[in-house]
Amino acid sequence: MNKLKTRVLSFPLFLSLSLSLSLNIHSLSTSPPTSPPLLSILSFFYPLTLELIMAESPSSSLSNIPDVTSNLSRKKRRKIGPHNPLQLSSVSGQSRWRTESEQQIYSSKLVDVLRNLRRPESASATGRVVRDAADRVLAVSSRGKTRWSRAILTGRLSLRLAQINKKHKKALKPGLSNSRVKKPAGQRKLPPVQKKVKVLSRLVPGCRKLSLPNLLEETTDYIAALEMQVKAMTFLTGLLNGGVSAAGGNDHNISSS
Amino acid sequence: MSSRRSRSTQSGVSRISDDQIADLVSQLQRLIPELRNRHSNKVSASKVLHETCNYIRSLHKEVDDLSDRLSELLESTDNMNTAQAEIIRSLLM
Repeated sequence: MNKLKTRVLSFPLFLSLSLSLSLNIHSLSTSPPTSPPLLSILSFFYPLTLELIMAESPSSSLSNIPDVTSNLSRKKRRKIGPHNPLQLSSVSGQSRWRTESEQQIYSSKLVDVLRNLRRPESASATGRVVRDAADRVLAVSSRGKTRWSRAILTGRLSLRLAQINKKHKKALKPGLSNSRVKKPAGQRKLPPVQKKVKVLSRLVPGCRKLSLPNLLEETTDYIAALEMQVKAMTFLTGLLNGGVSAAGGNDHNISSS
Repeated sequence: MSSRRSRSTQSGVSRISDDQIADLVSQLQRLIPELRNRHSNKVSASKVLHETCNYIRSLHKEVDDLSDRLSELLESTDNMNTAQAEIIRSLLM
């Protein structure tokens, strides 16, 4: 199922899927992002993340997804057009994760996502939910160029679908074990190294069946992204810490504890 | 070196040279803080991979801890209303 999903939701398709979904959701969203032009960039990602969060709610959004894929081709041209300049402006290579602007974009998107987390259900703000949201925003920031980001995002979808159709998940398992048994006999590596490679491939999402150079490439990008994530979240935590302590003293219109 | 033989695609993977792997491993080594100061000749590929796994695990753990703290903070702020979010956003930008 995962394989199918990653193939169907290849990068341009996935992006247009999210864009068309965002178009559907954006009309429903209650709090559109406000004025400054930088936030218009945010609004590109914001409905997307909103949709991803709403996809967490079990039943309804799933029925939308297969319907929406049919709308993809129709909406694709219209949507990709105006947003292309934004996509092309990204710096390629893993150095892009280390730029300040990436961190700022990630932080602000995370802020939006977390803000919306609190709105729908009251139970949401657990650590696990925040972690998932952070991972999703990180994956979105990668703009679909890396395998691990696609795996994170499609992993949510396939997990949802698998919960409904358990047979698909069971059908996948024999396929996985077959590929593991069928190891190339000629490619001789020391067993401990190969074991570590396998462990590594399990840590990086979506890279279990990857060849070694691709896996290492994904790993370098993933590590850079994780470091950026840690930095941004640390910064955000510091801000909120300061905000909470300041809210008690200052005359904010917040009902502090 | 059997890897230098003719290209046979086994399960969709073309043959890669050991030099390429060594190059990638050294590239990976530069990312990992623990191994950055050491000379690359002294560190084996196995150690690099091991340290990579440890590093990724520690990063995961750190993200988990941070998200736990963030969730607590979000609960305590009670409502991250638009004004506060604007302030935070302006600070971030």
